[in-house]
Amino acid sequence: MAKITYHTHDNKTHTVDVQKGLTVMEGAIQNDIPGIDADCGGGMACATCHVYVKEEWLDKLPAKEDGEEDMLDMAFEPKSNSRLSCQITVSDELDGLEVNIPSKQG
Amino acid sequence: MNKTDVLIIGAGPTGLFCAHQLGIIGLSCEIVDNLDKAGGQCIELYPDKPIYDIPAVPECTGEELTNNLLKQIKPFNVKFHLNERVEQLKKNESRWHIKTSGGVEFDVAAIVIAGGVGSFEPRKFPVKECEKFEGSSLLYSIKDKSIFKDKTISIFGGGDSALDWAIELSNTSKVNLIHRRDGFSGAEASVQKVKELNDQGKLNLFIKYQLDSVSGGKNIESVKIKHDEGEIKEIKSDYVLGFFGLIMQLGPILDWGLNIDKKTVQVNTENFETNVNGIFAIGDICSYPGKLKLILSGFHEGALAARGCFKYAKPDEKLRFEFTTTSKAAQERLGIKK
Repeated sequence: MAKITYHTHDNKTHTVDVQKGLTVMEGAIQNDIPGIDADCGGGMACATCHVYVKEEWLDKLPAKEDGEEDMLDMAFEPKSNSRLSCQITVSDELDGLEVNIPSKQG
Repeated sequence: MNKTDVLIIGAGPTGLFCAHQLGIIGLSCEIVDNLDKAGGQCIELYPDKPIYDIPAVPECTGEELTNNLLKQIKPFNVKFHLNERVEQLKKNESRWHIKTSGGVEFDVAAIVIAGGVGSFEPRKFPVKECEKFEGSSLLYSIKDKSIFKDKTISIFGGGDSALDWAIELSNTSKVNLIHRRDGFSGAEASVQKVKELNDQGKLNLFIKYQLDSVSGGKNIESVKIKHDEGEIKEIKSDYVLGFFGLIMQLGPILDWGLNIDKKTVQVNTENFETNVNGIFAIGDICSYPGKLKLILSGFHEGALAARGCFKYAKPDEKLRFEFTTTSKAAQERLGIKK
């Protein structure tokens, strides 16, 4: 288990335990955290699980695979700390990770 | 007015197989889809990606699955209405009247919503004031390129649509191409072409910029774009084009009085009817305890919903359960000659 904190757009903070091996997207869906749509179910085909990663965590994340940046072009208000949460697999190293969920996904 | 037994909304695998099941039990149907081709997410999101969990099909692509389903429903001559989105729904005694975005009208006994995660719509700019200009000087698709002649166009995006239109319109218009990063998702040859045109001064490429604001009176006059590092540039523009791909939206279905929970429509598991009699929902768009978003579940849901439609389409007849292997009626409907 790793603690992942999701800051939603309504200024609420949700800290939940996410099982290792699940993605940050799945952690949000399983815990009913609003603002992550994940329309394509983790296939890196829709950009509706877009999150902003807290700066100090950016370097610790698995590198972007081919295609993630292309999908982020489609995301709502992408920034330099944007990631697709379906592409971040939870591990011990990510215990304490914090992400912000954008105001909307599209 | 198109009169048929059932209107299927959505031409994805679930909708297509439901058409087959309706055909087998002797009901007619027509299919509406907002995309320009059948196949739904299988075609739009992953035509080349493999699928491994279609029963008895060890491996196939989204495109192969779609083509096989189209082949399977061929005997029923199902009429497709593509590039159409359902808009209005009206109950008329025991029948439903539906009108689409393009003005196509239907008179049906029952409706099957097989809309996936919604209809595919262009993604829009996050900037609020864009709405004011949408459809006139701010566009997400091009119908008539002649309106751009000798105008200044600002195109946003980094995929094939943005690159192709930037190249094409640079012949007759002054084109600015604005993209959020220095990589592009479009074809490499197009990227090279755009860079060449930029070097030759035939278009202006702005990299690491995004739209900050638009201003104008009735039409757009200029846009402000903002660099990653905060610098803001104002550029004159008669038109703004945004190419950010497609997103799925539930759209007008939301206003049909259906029980909706988290972008899905609640149904019973006996025949996948919604809380509104005569309206069924199958595939990714429906929810019930235990729902699995698999194509195979959509097939099962479609088979039962088709039978659920029967009592609305043929209220005076009783549906007989038959196997296609042995049923003469089903084989006749399939056009099988012995």
